[in-house]
Amino acid sequence: MPSEKQEEAAVRVLGRWPSPYVIRVLIALNLKGVEHEMVAEPKGNKSELLLASNPVHKKIPVLIHNGRPISESLVILHTSTSAWASQAPAILPSDPHARAAERFWAQYVDDKFPTAIRVLRGRVVGDKEEAAAEVSAALWQLEGAFVECGGGKGYFGSDGVGYLDIALGSHVGWIRAVERINGVSLLDAAKVPRLAAWADRLCAHPAVVDVLPDVDRFIEFSVQNDGALAKPVDEASK
Amino acid sequence: MATAGSGDELKVLGAWASPFLVRVLFALQLKGLRYEYVEVDLKEKNELLLASNPVHKKIPVLLHAGKPVCESQLIVQYIDEAFPASGPSFLPADTHARAVARFWGAYVDDKLLSSWKGIFATKDEEENAEAVRQTLAAADALEGAFRECSGEKLEWFGGDGVGYVDIVLGGLVPSMNVLELAVGIKVVDPDRTPLLAAWKDRFCALDAAKAAMPPLDRLLENAKKYLAEISFKTPASK
Repeated sequence: MPSEKQEEAAVRVLGRWPSPYVIRVLIALNLKGVEHEMVAEPKGNKSELLLASNPVHKKIPVLIHNGRPISESLVILHTSTSAWASQAPAILPSDPHARAAERFWAQYVDDKFPTAIRVLRGRVVGDKEEAAAEVSAALWQLEGAFVECGGGKGYFGSDGVGYLDIALGSHVGWIRAVERINGVSLLDAAKVPRLAAWADRLCAHPAVVDVLPDVDRFIEFSVQNDGALAKPVDEASK
Repeated sequence: MATAGSGDELKVLGAWASPFLVRVLFALQLKGLRYEYVEVDLKEKNELLLASNPVHKKIPVLLHAGKPVCESQLIVQYIDEAFPASGPSFLPADTHARAVARFWGAYVDDKLLSSWKGIFATKDEEENAEAVRQTLAAADALEGAFRECSGEKLEWFGGDGVGYVDIVLGGLVPSMNVLELAVGIKVVDPDRTPLLAAWKDRFCALDAAKAAMPPLDRLLENAKKYLAEISFKTPASK
């Protein structure tokens, strides 16, 4: 049985940069100070490595740790907590009730945002006004959750960036992109002041800044990949 | 709402036919924890439910010293984490094995259950038949998972004893029995999924499961009424 030398073990992430689910994993590894290699999954045909590592879903991200693959971004976030438990910060809070709350809201994020954002990107056909309203309503709920989770340090996590910050934060790039593409305000400082400030704070965080690129890159990606429906709206001010 | 006492009171808000409730009751029984059960009539407004689960207004809800935890899988995880000294741990100690358990726990709801709901979702018989196919395919994947997770004994997803995936999938066992009796669809089948078929019988024999499952005859009667209401036609078998 080989001994577990986690600092020396190769940690690889199979993924592509615009995926919020991939961004989550990268933020978690950065927070933990875990050296890792990003293996870019090509567009189009799925790689042999992906099919071998995630035969069930054939999706990114996959974390390969000590040669063993782990899939599903929220499962990977949990794994980051236990695999590198001795390294601060703990991504999940230690209190079971606080954990349950962060998990609840992370699940809520994944229920409410992905489809609506795909509609707003023009990636799937749908009612854009309805999608924008859904995103706004969800953000409003999360504004309340922000107060509840008691991020005294300006994050959902009581000790700093944590599980829910990562789960929601990973969508910020696309939220801001679809704001510009559609000429709507979602992370609006007037409607959700705490979240608007939180988003800026998170994007500037050292663990996040390199993996959540500027909104222009997301827009560019969308224009190139999401079809003719995606046209950025010219805005004079931010 | 919180009464004077040890501060450890456990209360479960549920609806007797719900598979999600079965998960929670089974988990509590496994841990040997005492709780008060409160049946909620979902057709009527229930103040306690609205206060405890304002976001989704759904059961089950676990109240621990008055503080709510929602979403059945999150409740099961909470029970495991809040009562580490009681009964067995639901998740294994090994990091990778934990990730595998979380992965398949998520799979049950994301794939098996979502396909299953599709069987009754529309009046289109071809769509319903496709939903049946996808449900059986998901069960086949879980058969493979069982082989992977259960080790040499081939008794429980949890390996040496009942674990997280056994609890999550176990909640659906009464529904599996009803589906077979009411419309002849066998999610788990001794020919197609022999390991799961044996697992299902083993599950039903557990005292903790017997205490958690609703009476089959009542559940079957309930199901038949529902199927009549929606004028369900059993999809032709493959």
